[in-house]
Amino acid sequence: MLNRVANTIYWMNRYIERAENYARFLDVNFNLALEMPPSVAEQWQPLIVATGDWQAYTDRYGGVEKNQVIYFLGFDPENPNSIFTCISNARENARSVRSEITKEVWEQINYLYYFVKKGNEKEKWKKKDPRKFFRKIKDGCQLLYGMYDATISRNEGWHFAKTGRLIERADKTSRILDVKYHFIVSSSQILGSPLDMVQWVALLKSVTAYDMYRKTNGKLTPMDIAAYLLLDPEFPRSMYKCLIQAERSLQSITGDVEHPATAELTRMRIAMEQTNVEDIFAGGLHEYIDQFQQDLNQASSLIFTSFGAVNTIIQETSSQNQ
Amino acid sequence: MPKINFTGYDTGGFFDEMISEQGDVRSHYARFKNRMQKMDWKKLNSLRFATDRAQLSMGMTFNVYNDNQGSERILPLDIIPRIISGADWEEMERGLRQRIVALNLFIDDLYHDQKILKDKVIPADLILSSATFLKECVGLNPPQKVWCHITGSDLIRGGDGKFYVLEDNLRCPSGVSYMLENREILKRTLPGIFEKLSVRPVSNYSHLLRDTLESLVPDREQPTIVVLTPGAYNSAYFEHAYLAQQMGAELVEGRDLVVQDDMVYMLTTKGLQRVDVIYRRVDDDYIDPLVFNKDSLLGTPGLFGAYLKGNVVLVNAPGTGVADDKAVYAYVPKIIKYYLGEDMLLPNVQTYICADPKECAHVIANIADLVVKQTDASGGYGMLIGPKSTKAEQEEFVRKIKANPRNYIAQPMISLSRVPTLVDEGIEGRHVDLRPYILYGKEIKIIPGALTRVALKKGSLVVNSSQGGGSKDTWVLNK
Repeated sequence: MLNRVANTIYWMNRYIERAENYARFLDVNFNLALEMPPSVAEQWQPLIVATGDWQAYTDRYGGVEKNQVIYFLGFDPENPNSIFTCISNARENARSVRSEITKEVWEQINYLYYFVKKGNEKEKWKKKDPRKFFRKIKDGCQLLYGMYDATISRNEGWHFAKTGRLIERADKTSRILDVKYHFIVSSSQILGSPLDMVQWVALLKSVTAYDMYRKTNGKLTPMDIAAYLLLDPEFPRSMYKCLIQAERSLQSITGDVEHPATAELTRMRIAMEQTNVEDIFAGGLHEYIDQFQQDLNQASSLIFTSFGAVNTIIQETSSQNQ
Repeated sequence: MPKINFTGYDTGGFFDEMISEQGDVRSHYARFKNRMQKMDWKKLNSLRFATDRAQLSMGMTFNVYNDNQGSERILPLDIIPRIISGADWEEMERGLRQRIVALNLFIDDLYHDQKILKDKVIPADLILSSATFLKECVGLNPPQKVWCHITGSDLIRGGDGKFYVLEDNLRCPSGVSYMLENREILKRTLPGIFEKLSVRPVSNYSHLLRDTLESLVPDREQPTIVVLTPGAYNSAYFEHAYLAQQMGAELVEGRDLVVQDDMVYMLTTKGLQRVDVIYRRVDDDYIDPLVFNKDSLLGTPGLFGAYLKGNVVLVNAPGTGVADDKAVYAYVPKIIKYYLGEDMLLPNVQTYICADPKECAHVIANIADLVVKQTDASGGYGMLIGPKSTKAEQEEFVRKIKANPRNYIAQPMISLSRVPTLVDEGIEGRHVDLRPYILYGKEIKIIPGALTRVALKKGSLVVNSSQGGGSKDTWVLNK
């Protein structure tokens, strides 16, 4: 497979995963806002902080206002991480690797593009309830994962796609956990109050973890929730599970050859196996997650520097959200 | 809802491909017309909008400008097919074969003995002064002695109903993907009518294309074939990606290739992989910055050297464009006679060469009635349509012609044939041209189908997509 093509497939999948996560974050947060008593301010700021776009947001807008945030994260063509930008980038990338993907996959990405484009034209962020729009994005992305799974051969391209998706997913889970955890704990007045519960449920739902978490743990406790999103070996969006799968996909590409990116993922995975949630909290959850994100970035950049760097049309240009 | 009828259909005094001068339906259109009259308008209109959606979802779009996303367009597909009888097609096909064989011999001669110039059939300076004549290619022997492997000639049907060649398009003709995708859409849109008419299939084009490319490297088992594209922002990118995918070839950009020891490789995740055949959709000027345009970012340094050494095949061969010059076009009848000893089967449109002083004077005197074309331009650029131009535009062209007569030719204004087309007002006649595709490898293959471009605007003769043109599926009937 061409280097450029591998790189493009990798980023195409990261962008789709990112768009799906953003759509879910927005949907869940909108729900959460509905359940908040009028006395409590809506929490849109933590969302922008979690996506890593806080700086870019404050550079352009003054205060945090619901519609403004929804526009910024969902539709703003000038936000390099908005859903609209991600889907557009994914489509441009898909176009340039058109011969590597199936008609099904291409047409679905293309459909998503026209869907968000229309959403922009119709100014969906001004709608009283834009959740339907975000749910459709989310469904559209998941349909795409299914098409990928059902129509693409398990070749190198597949594994580059999977690696991209999983690295992005690990990153997003880590971010939402980091920001929301601290926000809920610090703003909590009565530990275990109904309001608290609503917030913890929302955190889990942000990464579709609620149902599976309940099955595994039953009771909702902050420590268990953090442990679940960090280290659960079965849940497909836990940071640890993403890491294992990304490592496997990368190994399928490199075979027995010693590869620095695989080595980095292996090192991270083993370190996670040797720790537990108590140790992580002892050293500071935020510090731990921060290091995790840096290591993940390192692994991501090693993938292509060592396969020979070829610039794709569209890949991450700023490091702010890596 | 009323049924479709053609009672108000007006041929407007033009050659209409469905209705004869006497007002009767032509025999190859009869069955189609009958079937259409059983359909109601509502149904037809709903089908019409479905095709736009189908094109968008397939990504059959082209960029009008380079970067702006809003400028992405589809080439509107008219769902009423253009029908060509089996007999007409066969006659045209014979003409195309004759023409392509002669033009290929001509190119080969120009890069070897130049007999045709020595025998003064064509003025030598007309060729040697052309920027499309590549001195670097002199003495070259491309595989199978074929230079123009893929051709998409532009034909028209004149007022007399005869086919004429308007341009040979020997360089990088585009549009074949529209021929293929239009057919896919039409088979879904009008399945019943399609089935009844016994239309010759076009879908094996991509197989024939691959066979043609493979036939150029007979000694390589499982050759690596790539399609070289300028990139995703090129207006024909959809087609490049489409053809690569349909052929099972790799779609590459210049930066994906490297040349080492005069061999061409692509940069893959497993290291370098040798490339045998490049179907390049990049013009001669841009393929190799070491030899041609130094500023080209699209090409690969050393590519031309590897080609000269015979280590890679470029399709079409560099230098082919010399026969695509519009001044050379005027000599095609003589070229056919010279190499094949035959009279031209498929006629040219009458052409005045401004390099000839007598003809130049005629052009300048009659500029208001003529179509003037720049000899090295294509795609509707560098043109003056006399009858539709202003006095100032005509004067500007006269100045240009006088300054550089070699650069211009002129042709009479031709009335293109019309075919029934679905427009807002109903079904009306609109002017069309025809671009069939010719493959030339070990043998010549002409796909029984074509891209029909249609001027959707009432009265317009311009079929270019940038000026209100659309496309049609072209149905060549078995008999």
